[in-house]
Amino acid sequence: MTVISDVFIAFLLLVGAFFSLIAAFGVIRFPDVYTRNHAASKSATLGVMCILLATFLYFLVEDGFFSSRLLLGIAFFFITAPVAGHLISRAAYNSGVKMWDKSVRDDLKDKK
Amino acid sequence: MIGIVLKITLVLLAIAMLGFIYRLVKGPTTPDRIVALDAMGVILVSITAVLSMILGTSNFLDVILLIGILAFIGTVAYAKFLEKGEIIEYDRDQ
Repeated sequence: MTVISDVFIAFLLLVGAFFSLIAAFGVIRFPDVYTRNHAASKSATLGVMCILLATFLYFLVEDGFFSSRLLLGIAFFFITAPVAGHLISRAAYNSGVKMWDKSVRDDLKDKK
Repeated sequence: MIGIVLKITLVLLAIAMLGFIYRLVKGPTTPDRIVALDAMGVILVSITAVLSMILGTSNFLDVILLIGILAFIGTVAYAKFLEKGEIIEYDRDQ
């Protein structure tokens, strides 16, 4: 039982670290702010949710401690991280940050 | 086994943090830097969770929620400052 839970916790930890690293590489390598925001807000959110779930399971298995704060943290990140990404992206567009010069479509330009 | 995995995770998260710091320093526009700071807050939450597992204490779990809330509030405030030029607007009939 503890071997199975250990393997599962280790898997969740490595998946979370992998997605965080993917977010960092996306933020380094993508060409403009919108694609960078896309990489950061999705991958980093999934990574932190995996790591918080691993922490929750670790304390549940090792100490028998049911941490409702961690569940609340997972729900909070799931709700707020996309909202924060949306706000940054919209503020960037309205303050006139240019898109990548190879992007072909700008649907928001005609709405104004 | 899980101790080694925890240390590997901590190193990978530190490398991710270095990547965000690179974008924070180099980023050509201000929204790039805000994106990097927001993601750094998220990585900092992960580091706190892993560190509380390494130390074997559950006393740091409040800090996770606190960093999450503060990072969200800071991001929203900065986005509003970029868009409208002020964070808390005056009333219209003042």
